[in-house]
Amino acid sequence: MSENRKLIKIATAGSVDDGKSTLIGRLLFDTKSLTTDKIEAIERSSKQRGYDYLDFSLATDGLVAEREQGITIDVAHIYFNTEKTNFIVADTPGHVEYTRNMVTGASTSQVAIILIDARKGVIEQTYRHFFISNLLRMSHVVVAINKMDLVNYDEEVFLNIKKDFDELVAKSDFSEDQITFIPVSALNGENIARKSEEMPWYIGNSLLDHLEVLEPEDLQESSVARFPVQYVIRPKTEAFHDFRGFSGKLYGGSLKVGDEVTLLPSMNTSSIKSIHFFDRELDEATPGSSITVTLNSEVDLSRGDMLVKSDAVPRSEKQISATICQVNSKGLRVGAKYILQHGVNRVLAKVDQIESKIHTDFSGSEEADQLKLNDIGKVKFRLSKPIHFDSYRENKSNGSFILIEEGEFDTVSVGFID
Amino acid sequence: MNNLLIPNPKEAESIHIIREVAAQFERPVLLFSGGKDSITLVRLAQKAFYPAKIPFPLLHVDTGHNFPETIEFRDKLVDELGLELIVRNVQDSIDQGKVREERGRYSSRNSLQTTTLLDAIEEFKFDACIGGARRDEEKARAKERVFSVRDDFGQWDEKNQRPELFDMLNGKIHVGQNVRCFPISNWTELDVWEYIKTENIEIPSIYFAHEREVFLRDGMIWTANEHVYREEHEEVIVKMVRFRTVGDMTCTAAVLSEAVSLEDVVGEIRESTISERGARIDDKRSEAAMETRKKVGYF
Repeated sequence: MSENRKLIKIATAGSVDDGKSTLIGRLLFDTKSLTTDKIEAIERSSKQRGYDYLDFSLATDGLVAEREQGITIDVAHIYFNTEKTNFIVADTPGHVEYTRNMVTGASTSQVAIILIDARKGVIEQTYRHFFISNLLRMSHVVVAINKMDLVNYDEEVFLNIKKDFDELVAKSDFSEDQITFIPVSALNGENIARKSEEMPWYIGNSLLDHLEVLEPEDLQESSVARFPVQYVIRPKTEAFHDFRGFSGKLYGGSLKVGDEVTLLPSMNTSSIKSIHFFDRELDEATPGSSITVTLNSEVDLSRGDMLVKSDAVPRSEKQISATICQVNSKGLRVGAKYILQHGVNRVLAKVDQIESKIHTDFSGSEEADQLKLNDIGKVKFRLSKPIHFDSYRENKSNGSFILIEEGEFDTVSVGFID
Repeated sequence: MNNLLIPNPKEAESIHIIREVAAQFERPVLLFSGGKDSITLVRLAQKAFYPAKIPFPLLHVDTGHNFPETIEFRDKLVDELGLELIVRNVQDSIDQGKVREERGRYSSRNSLQTTTLLDAIEEFKFDACIGGARRDEEKARAKERVFSVRDDFGQWDEKNQRPELFDMLNGKIHVGQNVRCFPISNWTELDVWEYIKTENIEIPSIYFAHEREVFLRDGMIWTANEHVYREEHEEVIVKMVRFRTVGDMTCTAAVLSEAVSLEDVVGEIRESTISERGARIDDKRSEAAMETRKKVGYF
């Protein structure tokens, strides 16, 4: 794959009929990412359904149940690229009962596209989608005001919706430059891959141009190095007789040969002897690298432990407080026990207290004795062993966790540590 | 000069996933077909564990109708890298009366593989099968998880999948269940080809243009061979072709091509207006063909 192409990961959110699948289908079509056999299949299916236009939503709504109901019920991943950029789109369903899917899709994305139907304006769903974008601290949010063709491409409509949305922005942690408003017609391709001639009053970029100019710098996370040990490598061969390497993915910061490091939980210190990536030996690795490091002293370090630079050690605690989103129909109750997976580390966790259930429309919170599917709340946990974490605000990877229930081992919650 | 690693994000993610498989499961296996995706997986696994060897075996479910070039390539690769290879044959499943050979114009052993695979999983008690499936291949695959839990019957329950948040992978299962793991879920066909080119990975010769005896049916180019059902009026001709995807001979169509180098192939894929699954005869059976096969345990 081309190393000079940047990778931008996008989550899309919108209500059932906002035309989200159509928008994605349009992006694929206009970037020539749909091959002729796929376009032919769309033509065939559109005709069968008696449409006189190409229904691009057919390109993305993958499952039989979805085609039957004409709605999207699970996160689908869609890929396309331009000369300069690789894109991954997590297409997340807009149903009220499927809020968990947006959290899931957003967790692997940097940019959120929130769709609004120009005829309907800001509705309750919009609040929720923006709330989740804020909770997950997306780098950028694009508010795509769709179906402009159905309101005569009227600037007044666009400005009114923008004004309503700006009131939400004021309640969030976002700064204004993280939010971009674009009037579009996905059906007709207006302001998707090309600037619309129907809306000369709009002076910004088309959606695709906007996504392309987002700089990878904006998309990176914390500058503090966190290296959770995934796997210990001991070749036991002639050539690498004494080799004992610690493998993992580097989150944030960088690691250099010679760096003074602290090992958690032992709090032992050592320094980096070598950094390996396959048969290459490196002086330095940057964030996101899946590498193997060796240390200058014999130390006890295994899967689930963490290696950090000695000048920036994370918190290590047995009591944590987090914002929880319930992603399974099994509810979360006080006293319940779970397996808490923080990165690659697992400990046992007990729910100490549910402090509140948070309203996802920015209207505050209420008391609750349990969290149900799609609920978001503040929860305190007690752990069997300390975990080594940062707040989600400081470091997304080291500030998030999942809860696994012990019956079917389902993933039931995702947590964002305070 | 400072020797600095700037990661290729998709490669780094795949290595992360492969290491999670090795760490979370007791008996993982890599499903190896001899195709470009599974060859890419082998390279990624090498990178994940270097300088140690890949800590799991390869499993090839051989339909008996594979291209001989693929089998040759497989044996050479296994030999060079010192890997453990397990082969299980669809022919054995047929001989044991577990599956019945399809007959007629579109007969193929492709869907029979499922039984042989599930038997091998049971025989070796594999709890994780690493596969080269990609989400961009097909609509139903677009919703597949990186860790996809299958029940005792190998079935996929698409409405009851575990959500996957950030890069945390939950591979906890009960005895009897197993997990299909897809490290290159987020790669596109072009990503794979560009990677093979950048890494200079060797691939079977049938991926490059060569002269072959073929016949035409339904606008596709079929291999003329004893294993492929052909009607008398379907005339055998010799064409310069290559394969974009390599499966069983009975379900893999060739494309006309002059591409003799990796450079040519990458160029051709970039310009291509037909998806690789467009050359998969098995997917054309119906709009929901892939989803139906997956539900019963197909890879």
